[in-house]
Amino acid sequence: MNTGNTKVMNRFDVTSRLIAKLQHEEAVIGGIGNTNFDLWAAGHRPQNFYMLGSMGLAFPIALGVALAQPDRRVFALEGDGSLLMQLGALSTIAALKPKNLIMIVMDNGIYQITGAQPTPAAGVADIVGIATASGLANSTWAADEEDFERLVDEAMSASEPSLIAVRIDDKPGVGTTRRDPVQIRERFMHGLGVREPL
Amino acid sequence: MAIAEQQTQGTSDRSWHGIVLQTLKRNEVSLIPYVPDRVLTPLIKNLHADPFFTTFATAREEEAVGIVSGAWMGGRRGAVLMQTSGFATLANVLASLAVPYQIPLIMFVSERGTLGEFNYGQSLVCRTMRPVLDSLALEHHTITRLDELEFIADRSIKQAVTTQAPVALILNPLLTGGKVFDK
Repeated sequence: MNTGNTKVMNRFDVTSRLIAKLQHEEAVIGGIGNTNFDLWAAGHRPQNFYMLGSMGLAFPIALGVALAQPDRRVFALEGDGSLLMQLGALSTIAALKPKNLIMIVMDNGIYQITGAQPTPAAGVADIVGIATASGLANSTWAADEEDFERLVDEAMSASEPSLIAVRIDDKPGVGTTRRDPVQIRERFMHGLGVREPL
Repeated sequence: MAIAEQQTQGTSDRSWHGIVLQTLKRNEVSLIPYVPDRVLTPLIKNLHADPFFTTFATAREEEAVGIVSGAWMGGRRGAVLMQTSGFATLANVLASLAVPYQIPLIMFVSERGTLGEFNYGQSLVCRTMRPVLDSLALEHHTITRLDELEFIADRSIKQAVTTQAPVALILNPLLTGGKVFDK
C-alpha cells in the first residue's frame, strides 16, 4: 500500500484537532465504535451524531445530512474496517458531488474493538487509492497532524467532496458514548436547527 | 393480466406509479435513493424526469437507508425503493438505526417471489420479508389494488412521520403486474 511517509497518529488527538476547528456548527457523524467514542470524548456538541450500529453507514448518513442542508459543512468519521463494508458509497458520493461533505477515514488496519484482528485490506489495499478510483478525486493521506489540519481547512471551502485518510495507532477509543439513540437523534436535530427543544 | 399490464404502461396519474409519484410529492418526500427493479422502472424513470425529486441509485439498500435517515435528521424527507431481495439485506440497519433512533423510514418494496415467480431464490427470499418486519413490529402493508394505493400510501407516509416509525409498502404483483418469465 502506498501511504508514503505518513505519520502514525492517534484517533482521539486527530478528532480533537478537528473539533477545535469547527466554528460554524458543522455537523459531525461518528461511525460505529471507536470513531464515535473519540468524538464523544473530544467534547459533546449538539451537531454531533453517534452511531450505535449499522457498521459502514457513517458516510451515507452524512451524505443524507449534506443533501438536506447544502449550506452546512458535514464531516463523517469512519474506520477503515467500517468503510470496507460499504465501499460502494464512495461512488454514490462521487456521482452526487456534495461539496459540503468531508469524509475522514481513521486507518489502523485492524478491527481494534473486536480484538485487533487485521482487516482483509491491511497491507494490500490503499484507502485513498480506492477512494480516488471510486471517483473522489479530492482524496488525500494526511502526512502528519499539521497536514491534517491544513487539509481540513482546505476542505472547508472545497468545491467538491473531500476525503482525508489518517494512519492511526492501535489505541482504543478514549470515552464511551452514552447509548441513548432517541436522545442522540433528537439533540442532533436540535443542533441542526430542524427542531426546537420542548 | 391485461389489467395489470395496463397499470404498468404509460405515465397516467392513475397508473400505480403515477399515484406513488404524486403521493410522494404531496407529502414533500423528495429524496429518492434506490436499488433498481424491473417492475419499478416506470416509477424510477418518472422520478428522474421530475425536478422536484432528487433520484439516484445506490450500491446497496442499506446505504440508501443511511442516506434518507441522515436527510430526515437534516430536515428533508426521503423514501427508499427496492425489491424483495434488497429488503432481505436490511435487518441490521433497521434494528440498529431506523427503529431505535425512531426515524420515519419510508420503504417501497417491489414484491418478487410470489404469484408467478420463476426464480426459486426469489421465492425463498420473499418468505423472509414479513417475518423480519413482524419481528421488529414494523408497520407494513401489502398493496394489491389500484383503488386502495393512494389511501394506503398517503396515510402510511403521514403515520410514519407523525409516529416517527418506519413503514414498508409492499407493491404486490396484483398491483404492478409483477415480473413474469421471459427469455
